[in-house]
Amino acid sequence: MSAQFMQYLLTGLTVGAIYALVALGFSIIFNASHVINFAQGEFVMIGGMATVSLTATGLPLLLAIPLAVAVAALVGLALEKFAVEPARGASVITLIIITIGASIFLRGLATLVWDKQLHPLKSFSGDAPIVFAGATVLPQSLWVLGVTLAIVLALSWFFGRTLLGKAMLATSHNRLAAQLVGINVRHVLFLSFGLSAALGAVAGILIAPIAFTSYDVGVMLGLKGFVAAVLGGLGSGVGAVVGGVVLGIAETMSAGYLSSAYKDAIALVIMLAVLFFMPSGLFGKRGGERV
Amino acid sequence: MYSRLASPRVGGTAALAVVIALLPLGLSNSYFYEVAILVGLNAIVCVGLNLLIGYAGQISLGHAGFFGIGAYGSAILASRYGWPPLASMLTATLAAALLAFLIGRPILRLKGHYLAMATLAMGIIIYMVITTEDKLTGGPDGMSVVPLSIGGLALQNERVWYWVVGALLLAAVWLALNMIESPVGRALRALHGSEVGAEVVGIDAARHKVMVFVISAVFASMAGSLNAHFAGFITPGKVTFLHSIELATMVVFGGMASTFGAVVGAAVLTTLPQFLTVFKDYEMMVFGAVMMGTMIFLPRGVVPSLEKLFAGRRNAAAADTPAAESERGA
Repeated sequence: MSAQFMQYLLTGLTVGAIYALVALGFSIIFNASHVINFAQGEFVMIGGMATVSLTATGLPLLLAIPLAVAVAALVGLALEKFAVEPARGASVITLIIITIGASIFLRGLATLVWDKQLHPLKSFSGDAPIVFAGATVLPQSLWVLGVTLAIVLALSWFFGRTLLGKAMLATSHNRLAAQLVGINVRHVLFLSFGLSAALGAVAGILIAPIAFTSYDVGVMLGLKGFVAAVLGGLGSGVGAVVGGVVLGIAETMSAGYLSSAYKDAIALVIMLAVLFFMPSGLFGKRGGERV
Repeated sequence: MYSRLASPRVGGTAALAVVIALLPLGLSNSYFYEVAILVGLNAIVCVGLNLLIGYAGQISLGHAGFFGIGAYGSAILASRYGWPPLASMLTATLAAALLAFLIGRPILRLKGHYLAMATLAMGIIIYMVITTEDKLTGGPDGMSVVPLSIGGLALQNERVWYWVVGALLLAAVWLALNMIESPVGRALRALHGSEVGAEVVGIDAARHKVMVFVISAVFASMAGSLNAHFAGFITPGKVTFLHSIELATMVVFGGMASTFGAVVGAAVLTTLPQFLTVFKDYEMMVFGAVMMGTMIFLPRGVVPSLEKLFAGRRNAAAADTPAAESERGA
């Protein structure tokens, strides 16, 4: 295996892990509410920007990160309470427009609270590159991969072993049945927005030392996370992770070997191909339409 | 005679014609004319998009892509290759129609969220091609476009443009309304209600969906070409995902399955940013809030909500004429 290939693979894996976290956020909200939350990318932005401004006030990173995640989670909860909840039962396109309106609103708010500049965030543990199989890896990449892995494990424990996680899963399978066995589905919906906002914020914080952050960083990251979620099958947790990693690797490989100008278009072409030939994605539920 | 005037097809079109004819009385300078022309062009797109979203029930989040094909196709042929603008406009429109026809069948097999995603991807891919192929399109900086000329006569005056766009909007509305009341329109509404149900009664759902997709693409492409020649300059800003969303929002805001709603939606949302400039730094926030607020509080759109209010009052006044209501509800 050439060193160049290895380099692309590692870079792709790092980017893919970020996409996977954003995609998980899309899937969790889609499962609970059948809403595609186009404001998901803004949580990524809020996480990164809030950490930057909190550390600038002299707060240690260890305190700034949980605070930033909490801020994003609160915004997520507010979004559900004030924008999604009042529009319950609206058509797909109405809900899409509402969440896009929310994302424009949040981006506008970010330019007021912060600014329109690019901001760097200091790496968690230095910038000395590590050489691995001929390729160089930044310590921050290891942080990205490690934290993503930890979150995926924690989520599978949460959905598989805890009562609240099982309640969320039940709601996604059948809302009415879940309600009948005593699950408070409105509560589940509310919490799912908080949880996926927190996931998005973590992604934004992890990537900020590598790729900088700014008020509009959520547009592209949100879109890529969305493609990853579709690729894996909307609503599937495993699918979101696999979709994110596959997308990240496919993107860096095609940028390296084919054309870097069309790097972003390749993600979308993959998505279109998946929708045409297997609309439910790699791991999605295959269901017929009820007449 | 009276009942014909009250129908949206005859009476509504006549009312729109009166509005278009009288509007210049209030347009005191060329800036107002410019805004009015942009409203007209967006309204043409929305009338077509409303056939797709409102009547056939198929979401598109990518129509700025077709707008872009019309704008850039015509701009490139006319400005870089010296084609006569009318010929380049027609060629660009044909290209948009062909793309819609080819992509229509696989894309319209998808439903709901999946259709939204696929059209979104299509629109963004068109945008990316336009920004990347900068030798032809000028890339992110855009390109200048020769003015529209018909038989050697160049159209440069805003007032002349106003009447051209006004006439085309009327034609678009008239076409759309005729289509809605034809068997095709009934077929579209049937497959909106239930695709399986429509197929059972013998409607070729796939063919009808592709047809309306192509028609909406043609409307968007035409408006795009006109916009490029009118402004004399085109940037990829008109082809962005956000512009697709704005177009869809205009349709939903005005009221789905209401042709005049699409026109009202285009008018309100095209002029809104002109007013929002007073908010300066808050502009973006206010625009997002307006988008959210109208969808939350008026999910059916402005025109149907007003119609319902009006119909409710009229019914209360004359409860013995249920025929009018059943005609409208069809």
